[in-house]
Amino acid sequence: MSVEQQQETPGTRSRQHWMGVLAKSSVEALQQRWQALSLEPEYQFIRKPETGLTMLRGRVGGSGQPFNMGEMTLTRCAVRLASGTLGVSYVSGRNCQHAITAALADALLQERSTQSLLQRELIEPLQADLEAERQQRAAQANSTRVDFFTLVRGED
Amino acid sequence: MYVAVKGGEKAIDNAHALMRTQRRGDSAIAELSVDQIRQQLPLAVDRVMNEGSVYDPELAALALKQASGDAVEAIFLLRAYRTTLPRFGYSEPLDTEQMQIERRISGTFKDMPGGQILGSTYDYTHRLLDFSLLAAGEAEVAPEEANALSEALAAGNSCPRVLELLNKEGLIEQSREAGTPDEVPRDLTREPVNYPAERAVRLQNLIRGDEGFLLSLSYASMRGYGDSHPFSGEMRTGRVSVELVPEELGFPIEVGEVLLTESEMVNQFHGSKELPPQFTRGYGIAFGRAERKAMSVALVERALRAEELGEEVLYPTQDQEFVLSHTDCVSANGFVSHLKLPHYVDFQSELEMIRRLRKEQVQRTESTTKEEADA
Repeated sequence: MSVEQQQETPGTRSRQHWMGVLAKSSVEALQQRWQALSLEPEYQFIRKPETGLTMLRGRVGGSGQPFNMGEMTLTRCAVRLASGTLGVSYVSGRNCQHAITAALADALLQERSTQSLLQRELIEPLQADLEAERQQRAAQANSTRVDFFTLVRGED
Repeated sequence: MYVAVKGGEKAIDNAHALMRTQRRGDSAIAELSVDQIRQQLPLAVDRVMNEGSVYDPELAALALKQASGDAVEAIFLLRAYRTTLPRFGYSEPLDTEQMQIERRISGTFKDMPGGQILGSTYDYTHRLLDFSLLAAGEAEVAPEEANALSEALAAGNSCPRVLELLNKEGLIEQSREAGTPDEVPRDLTREPVNYPAERAVRLQNLIRGDEGFLLSLSYASMRGYGDSHPFSGEMRTGRVSVELVPEELGFPIEVGEVLLTESEMVNQFHGSKELPPQFTRGYGIAFGRAERKAMSVALVERALRAEELGEEVLYPTQDQEFVLSHTDCVSANGFVSHLKLPHYVDFQSELEMIRRLRKEQVQRTESTTKEEADA
């Protein structure tokens, strides 16, 4: 993590984790698990879902000075629950439903009453899906790993 | 002379309707969906994302469909669309060392830590047309893992760069001097390029530049019109997590992942007054699986460092203004295409001038002949 100016409390760390999982999951997987929970929280939009661009930055040589690489589409949303808790989402792509669900889940994950349910029924399974995809990609890549062998030449 | 240029509306409407009909092709054949393009023509999609300079595979696929597969037209459409969207700031610099590797090869080190991973590639194919695809053949399924998972891959550990191996001996230049803080790079979508342009701006320009142009410049510089015949230190393709710091949160969050290809070239450098002989680096990166693009960027990027490294600038590839002001396919296409627009008045005036010059020449010749005859 490259930004350390913020005090990293355990609360912040777990919020970073679930926000990452919500953003990286496919919208289909997220919607399916979200709808299965049948939560219908009361909320209002602080910021209706809106799509824009973020400029992706890289580093010269991978570790040198930053440069601007090109933009990526991004959708963000912010909601407030009846309790006053704010939920925020930033997800790559242009899917507004993804952003709304992620913001609602972010809000409910901050509520004591719903946190463990959502961790158990939403974040953990989504995280497992992401990990399974990752393992599958790793296995595919690994099947193409080169094993060099040396031919012995000469008399001895 | 007044030339009427109004009056083509009906013809233009009909021409566009005809274009749409042609784009659809034979209606007895199933229509291509945007999802099919995205899934089955991913390398075309990657090119449009790169030169359109927007990472969004769905939009790039849509642009390709709308443009009947014309990459440059599709890139133009994507560039036009991006201007309608607001900007939500900048991402944190992507950490490509944490990339989940799907392909990683080195032309310099056979036994690099983590191994050579070929991933999916057209390299080593025989370039014979595969007629089973014509006969609607079944898609081949990727083989199950043949080897045990390498520890680095399975655990998702970071995969250190090959060039760091040389760095330990100090034989290769550092990508930055130790202890220097990050500088905020200028953004050429916000301000024009000023010459001489700094490395970050040059790189941004090249990454959105025309692949064919950069490939040809690289080729020329390797053949001798430039001093750039490097080794491929490492090329890697894989997914990298994108993080940004929303203002209202104040801490970084992951917002998704992007597929990237990164190329690092190693060039000889004979040293200068300040620097001992060492290897220098050229760096290229591109969206998606765009190896040719990433390598070309790295080659040209290194060639453009001539001045900063105290090398003589002798060839177009080393000339910043020549390269950077001609990389953009949207600008290039626009300028060449504008010749299709009515130039009736300009042409008429040149026609008049040629006629006058001819007449004057004939008159001069006649008078000279007459003088000679008189003499």
